[in-house]
Amino acid sequence: MEPKIAGRRTRPESGALIQAIGITKLFGSFKANDSVDLTIRPGEIHALLGENGAGKSTLVKILYGSLQPSEGEIRWKGQPVRIASPSAARKLGIGMVFQHFSLFDALTVTENIALALSDRSNRTALAKEIEKVSLEYGLPLNPASRIVDLSVGERQRVEIVRCLLQNPELLIMDEPTSVLTPQEADDLFQTLDRLTARGCAVLYISHRLEEVKQICHHATILRLGKVVAECDPQQETASQLASLMVGADVHVLSSDTPPPTSAKTRLSVRNLSLPEPHPFAVALHDISLDLKAGEIVGIAGIAGNGQGEFFDALSGERTTDRPDTVTIDGKAAGKLGVTARRRLGAAFVPEERIGHGAVPRLRLSDNVLLTRHATGDQLLRVGVIDFGGMKTLADRIGRSFDVRKSAVDPEAGSLSGGNLQKFIVGREIDRQPSVLVVSQPTWGVDAGAAAVIRQVLIDLARSGSAVLIISQDLDEIFEIADRVAVISRGHLSEPVPARSLTREQIGLMMAGLGEGKPVAKKETAHAHRA
Amino acid sequence: MRIVLERRLTPSRSMQYLSPLLAIVLSLVTFFIIFVLSGIDPLKALYIYFVEPLTAVWSIEDLLVKAVPIILIAIGLAFCYQSAVWNIGAEGQLAAGALAGSIIPVMFPLLQGPAVITAMILMGIAGGMAYAAIPAILKIRFNANETLTTLMLVYVANLFLDYMARGPWRDPAGFNFPNSRPFDEGQMLPIIAGDSVRISIVFMLVAVVVAWFLTTKTMTGFKIRVLGLSPRAGSFGGFSRNKMVMLTFLISGGLAGLAGICEVAGPIGQLRTTVSPGYGFTAIIVAFLGRLHPFGILIAGLLLALSYMGGEGAQVAIGLSDQTTQVFQGMLLFYVLACDSFIYYRLKFVRERALDAATAG
Repeated sequence: MEPKIAGRRTRPESGALIQAIGITKLFGSFKANDSVDLTIRPGEIHALLGENGAGKSTLVKILYGSLQPSEGEIRWKGQPVRIASPSAARKLGIGMVFQHFSLFDALTVTENIALALSDRSNRTALAKEIEKVSLEYGLPLNPASRIVDLSVGERQRVEIVRCLLQNPELLIMDEPTSVLTPQEADDLFQTLDRLTARGCAVLYISHRLEEVKQICHHATILRLGKVVAECDPQQETASQLASLMVGADVHVLSSDTPPPTSAKTRLSVRNLSLPEPHPFAVALHDISLDLKAGEIVGIAGIAGNGQGEFFDALSGERTTDRPDTVTIDGKAAGKLGVTARRRLGAAFVPEERIGHGAVPRLRLSDNVLLTRHATGDQLLRVGVIDFGGMKTLADRIGRSFDVRKSAVDPEAGSLSGGNLQKFIVGREIDRQPSVLVVSQPTWGVDAGAAAVIRQVLIDLARSGSAVLIISQDLDEIFEIADRVAVISRGHLSEPVPARSLTREQIGLMMAGLGEGKPVAKKETAHAHRA
Repeated sequence: MRIVLERRLTPSRSMQYLSPLLAIVLSLVTFFIIFVLSGIDPLKALYIYFVEPLTAVWSIEDLLVKAVPIILIAIGLAFCYQSAVWNIGAEGQLAAGALAGSIIPVMFPLLQGPAVITAMILMGIAGGMAYAAIPAILKIRFNANETLTTLMLVYVANLFLDYMARGPWRDPAGFNFPNSRPFDEGQMLPIIAGDSVRISIVFMLVAVVVAWFLTTKTMTGFKIRVLGLSPRAGSFGGFSRNKMVMLTFLISGGLAGLAGICEVAGPIGQLRTTVSPGYGFTAIIVAFLGRLHPFGILIAGLLLALSYMGGEGAQVAIGLSDQTTQVFQGMLLFYVLACDSFIYYRLKFVRERALDAATAG
């Protein structure tokens, strides 16, 4: 517990460890990076901020050798270098922890790490080394445990330890806390402090401004491929940083009208239990939940605690053998498929945009048909498709939800993440559903689009629908949800009013430690019955 | 130095149409080189292969006769391939259709006339469907890989056909040749043009138009495409993968069965130990060469039929083995798939030496 997180941080006064000078990267005629300069000093945590599509990943890929710049130079300790590949980057001393882990579920920690380090032939020695490094940096890990048994936070530790074993001088971390509980994030920050204390530099990519303010010494802000500012994040407010990122003042959400207190129940889940569909999935245990017209309920939880399985059971992609497990607007729907549930007035937005919520190789108008072929839009006449009607609908959705696209009716896969998400959410809201279930509504979406999406969700709820949000983003849940429940290992806690909770309480519940804790004691009492 | 395939950000639309043409040109060039290397006058050989069949009325007729079964089968396969169901067993489904359709003319030789012919056609279609339903059920029920099951079932069907033609169904008055009794005129498809073009060409054209309408205009075609592109999105749309697996298998099996009965009750005129020179496999090439589009398949089917014709001509005129035809067809498929890969990927050469340079710096 020695390094403290709070307190003033000063950027170390030393020469540059790595310098990117005038980096330009062209994709066709599109400038993903436009003469970007970046200087990272040894021993600092350097934040790289920017909206989705600002060019952060392109720049990082260039530093890590998986892309080559069209123009510009990279200097490593003052010497010009060409980083031809990720393995060249690792040899220089650059390590990277990706947002999405590349671990084999069925193998142990040691085996996974051995796969990455071809020069370590002795497994026992490697296990000792892992233990040593993980102790040294406060990353407790059992080398013999299988990845499948580890929490997301522990999996991230495996990735970090794998990097540390190669003694990096620069560690690149892409959105490292997006999958962590607040407590796990604090542990990570302590590890980062130990690393920097030894002179290792960290390039820290995040969209969580509070966290950047808390731990970073210096920040470089990208917008539309260019560096728009460099600053000391501790001296800026979060909203100043946000407006630097998006180039305008961030839209403030409005939800003046409180949710109605006595309204009819729109969505009701009763004692929903489902076995895990495959060995690496999560079983659902006795989930009960009621949503009233006009309210937004948020389901918090760490990735992989049954969110996907819960969503599938609500959407009807997996049905139950009892009709009363799921009731939509008073009608038992537990045995109905997704189309029949849509006909009852429900709408769904899954977590994965590409390949689940939309077919990337089909046009937007075709993707309208995907979920709206049976919901009274007259898109079909005796099985024959009305292409004109589909285009009209796609246009209407595009206009009312500000979907920015390159052509009149482009393939869904050509839209940026934020715009595709606006389209998919818009496609469902355009129907005025009485129940909307949304998983990760603003995952990987830039700040501007996220504000639009959150506002339309609030508006939909206030117009009399019930909205259920499954999200790993606590800020989001606190921002828009009226009541909050936590999903942990397939159990759902009783929802409590969002205002009565602190982030720490939710964090404990997310980590599965909140059972029987003071958090709304009488309500959580039966939540973990199964 | 290392070669890697890198995904293209935006696959070119025009190349998607040009790639079959490019594949044809590359195959011709390769063919040219093969002829030169084997000491055959390449221009003469190519002329015999691809031009001469088009210079006489009888051979154009013959070209159409050969194109009919290939196109019929390929139309059905395109349904499967659009929904990512890899049915490569049309050859067996064709044999099953030929067998089922031959039940009446072989066992009840006295029954004749238009009603009988209609019944034979329907039984042929039903035979092909039933045989295609086997891998469909295996896939739905046990998740068995259809690439393996359909291919293996080809050998079962062909051996069963061989047994029937040599054994129970052999013509007692046929001098011990392994054939069934020759069908009578009242058990064969009527000729509607020239000396040999039968009504099956109408079936083929109808299949092309209906398939075009189904795939591009209807919800069924949409479901097939969505499930082929992303099964997860398909199930989110409320489409049943299993139903579509069964449907596409039944469509392709039915069309292959139709092709089978049209062959035995048409150009062949009896049941033999083999009833197809590999049309079921050629149709796979035709389906991909035609971009899984019915009109594309129509053109590609005529081209592949031409290669069969040319192969026969080359055998007579310059003594080339008929294997040459299969070499050409194989090459064509190879080039189509290769060209398709380059639509979505680009080749990249990664120099390992750069690595040393980086570490040296």
